[in-house]
Amino acid sequence: MSLLDTRSKDIRNLPGFGLTAGFTVAFLYAPIVFLVLYSFNDGRSISRLDGVSLRWYGQVFANEEIGGAALNSVLLAVIAATLATVMATAAALAMVRMRVRRKAAAYAVLNFPLMVPEIVTAIASLIFFSSVGLGLGFGSLVVAHTTFCIPFAYLPITARLTSMDPALETAAADLYARPWRRFALITLPLLAPGLMSGWLLAFIVSLDDFIISSMLSGPGSTTLPVHIYSMLRLGITPEVNAVSSLMVLASALVVITSGLIARKQS
Amino acid sequence: MKLHRILLAPSLGTILIFMALPIAITTLFSVLTPAQYGGVIWEPSAEAYIRLLFERDIFDDTLTFNADYLQILGRSVLQAGIATVLCLIIGLPTAWFIATRPAGQKSLWLMLVTVPYWVNLLVRTIALLLILRDEGPINGTLQSMGLTDGPLPLAYNNFAIGLGLVSSFLPFMILPLYAAIERFDFSLLEAAYDLHANRRKAFFAVVLPILRPGLIAGGLLVFIPGIGSYLAPDILGGGKTLMLGNLIGMQFQGSRNWPFGAALSTILMAVTLVALFIVARRAAREDA
Amino acid sequence: MQDHGDACRLTGLGRTYGRGATAHHALDGIDLAIRANEFFTLLGPSGCGKTTLLRLIAGFDQPTTGEIAIFGRNVAGLPPEDRPVNTVFQHYALFPHLTVAQNVGFALRMLGRPQAEIASTVGRMVELVGLEGMEQRRPDQLSGGQKQRVALARALAPGPKILLLDEPLSALDAKLRQRMRSELKALQRETGITFVFVTHDQDEALAMSDRIAVMQGGRVQQLGRPEEIYEAPANRFVADFIGGANLIPARIGAQGAQAEGLGVVPATGAIGADVTLAIRPERLSILPTEQQQPGDLGPLTVAERIYMGNELSFRLEGATVPLHVTLPRGGLRGAQDFGLGEAVCLRADPGAIRVLAS
Repeated sequence: MSLLDTRSKDIRNLPGFGLTAGFTVAFLYAPIVFLVLYSFNDGRSISRLDGVSLRWYGQVFANEEIGGAALNSVLLAVIAATLATVMATAAALAMVRMRVRRKAAAYAVLNFPLMVPEIVTAIASLIFFSSVGLGLGFGSLVVAHTTFCIPFAYLPITARLTSMDPALETAAADLYARPWRRFALITLPLLAPGLMSGWLLAFIVSLDDFIISSMLSGPGSTTLPVHIYSMLRLGITPEVNAVSSLMVLASALVVITSGLIARKQS
Repeated sequence: MKLHRILLAPSLGTILIFMALPIAITTLFSVLTPAQYGGVIWEPSAEAYIRLLFERDIFDDTLTFNADYLQILGRSVLQAGIATVLCLIIGLPTAWFIATRPAGQKSLWLMLVTVPYWVNLLVRTIALLLILRDEGPINGTLQSMGLTDGPLPLAYNNFAIGLGLVSSFLPFMILPLYAAIERFDFSLLEAAYDLHANRRKAFFAVVLPILRPGLIAGGLLVFIPGIGSYLAPDILGGGKTLMLGNLIGMQFQGSRNWPFGAALSTILMAVTLVALFIVARRAAREDA
Repeated sequence: MQDHGDACRLTGLGRTYGRGATAHHALDGIDLAIRANEFFTLLGPSGCGKTTLLRLIAGFDQPTTGEIAIFGRNVAGLPPEDRPVNTVFQHYALFPHLTVAQNVGFALRMLGRPQAEIASTVGRMVELVGLEGMEQRRPDQLSGGQKQRVALARALAPGPKILLLDEPLSALDAKLRQRMRSELKALQRETGITFVFVTHDQDEALAMSDRIAVMQGGRVQQLGRPEEIYEAPANRFVADFIGGANLIPARIGAQGAQAEGLGVVPATGAIGADVTLAIRPERLSILPTEQQQPGDLGPLTVAERIYMGNELSFRLEGATVPLHVTLPRGGLRGAQDFGLGEAVCLRADPGAIRVLAS
């Protein structure tokens, strides 16, 4: 409690800060709102609203190239997020629960992908995959995405593991649970929300990537962002609007899911 | 083998082989000779780094100083720097405001500012272009209200790029600042007022120094991806003004000069690591 | 082996953390025999090694030196899941994702007991700790006291030969702690299981234990029944830690112990030896100096008088150390009161003065 408690709010409130916060939110959302709004526009124009229609969505769903790219993106994100989550979980268990020599170095390696600018990752991967003879395409995309997703999956998983009382595992041992049963019955179920958050974060980060995918995708393994980018050569068409709005919808679904997980967690 | 090694091997191995090793190879490529259609010839050459500063005459091989690439490098640093400062100017009050809300509202506000980050960056950049364009809603409104005669040049320039960088990375500034303000002991502010500081003085003498680690973290998280950013200059700049990220990308697409692209990204990587190293060392010193 | 009467026998037990100059001896050559069916308490301040000792018995940690035998069986190197002991953890460590019934039945499930047996044991345990009707709740829907009971039931369910309790009452509020004390003691009598109880709270230890080991610096300072520990502390640490005592430096002379400013105090020992006299504050009476007799301590001056409701506490100056006396209000001595600066002397109850080696 504040000593000057009669109007303690005044102390924390600074003039204009609330206004700035409102401006920030408007600044972040206005473009997205307009994008979605114009995607329902009946006319070809993207500057004048000519009535509501779903025709551009119809065109997007009829477009096999977009469908293929979307499928590639989702498949890639699911595989990369899953692989990254499994590896990150193993790493988190070792880092949080065990004595690891040179822990600082291991930690630095785990976080390394976060420190590398995306464009550097992109061209380094391009150089690597084309010069070791692995070639470009879906396989290389999976490997590259898995790699940069690891730290994103690792963060929520370690956070969850660190906040878990180690006495729970000790108690399970005391109550005759062998190591693998301790893991299966205590550690894993309690870690589950962290695993879900980690997986979702990795999934969205993979889906978000454009530059790495554009360097590595070969013919037939184009991802949705890479395809949308190629559509931009014709300018911002209503189809671009519609497919972009669908990506906004996908993000919203992921956000809601992770929000529900967070609520359950607390 | 010990269990902890088995658990750590896949993740560490993956990152070392598929991220660290490729970057090392990239550095190696930067001192090789470019092949005609991309790739390299295994002959050592410092040409990529020379090219950064000089132009080689095709006929007599003489070198003349050329600041074009340096300018791009400088512009990248400048744009990222301006974006960082702008993010700070609007991010700090926003983070402060959120951190001082009652518990229930806090998470709502926090969600509001982080949700856009979950939307694909390309989509967000396209959306920004959509409203900045000559035919976009901003210019439309201004003109229909009779405030401007013709469209204001909002898109396809450095202003648009800056705005794009700010909107891309603003959540990275807000989150660490929020975390720092959240931990801030507000009785310190009361103590400052009690000791005759006014609002402004208390803010600059007490609050800012304590929030410094958060400021530095947020600044780094905006500045580093800002320098190498690709989409904002490409889409919002209309390809007219290059930044480092685009210059690097070009070497692997149209121009096909791999060693030069490798040299540029080696420089970008080096700048990044040096910045991180300095900050980490300062943080370690302050902890001690 | 003839120690089958002992539930747990510790021989030369040591636990050292770190190496070389920075090594820390958490436990330093502990020899203890905990008898079957007794309520045994490890009492000491934090860092004295009592929790380390408990963890070694449970198998959560391995000793650097020495042996642990549980009912005659050497358990060296055995993991916790192979030891017939169970633990009640300080902060309960209830599995948050399991119901009360699942928590209580956890060990039996791990031991592969049949469903019917698990169900009936869980029912009995829940009843034993008075949690009927709560079986399907999760830990976060329980109060502190209820969690405590679940932790007890869970540890008792597999029928341990020894129950280890790590400061189990410390997270409860004062009132609940009082009640749980009697319940724990009753539970121990009912089940006949050996309890090894760790606490830093002397009242808890004195109230519940059959025997107490007072620990400090990784060693057992004194082992004995509560009365022995309180009435006859073996050294300065025990005297001071349990109940508090006036510790007065003195030298043994021909007539008794000579303490500066206090005269000659009746005490025996080797003549010329430097000793410490330990006297409990509540076993001293205050008298006006006119009534001073040979053997009384003084003269002293009243330096502080604190009103504490049911008793009065005095600090008296004049000896080498300040002396503390508490007088009950009411009863024979209750009529007495003294003002600041008053000259007084002290009379100790017969047998109240303990002579300790310095």
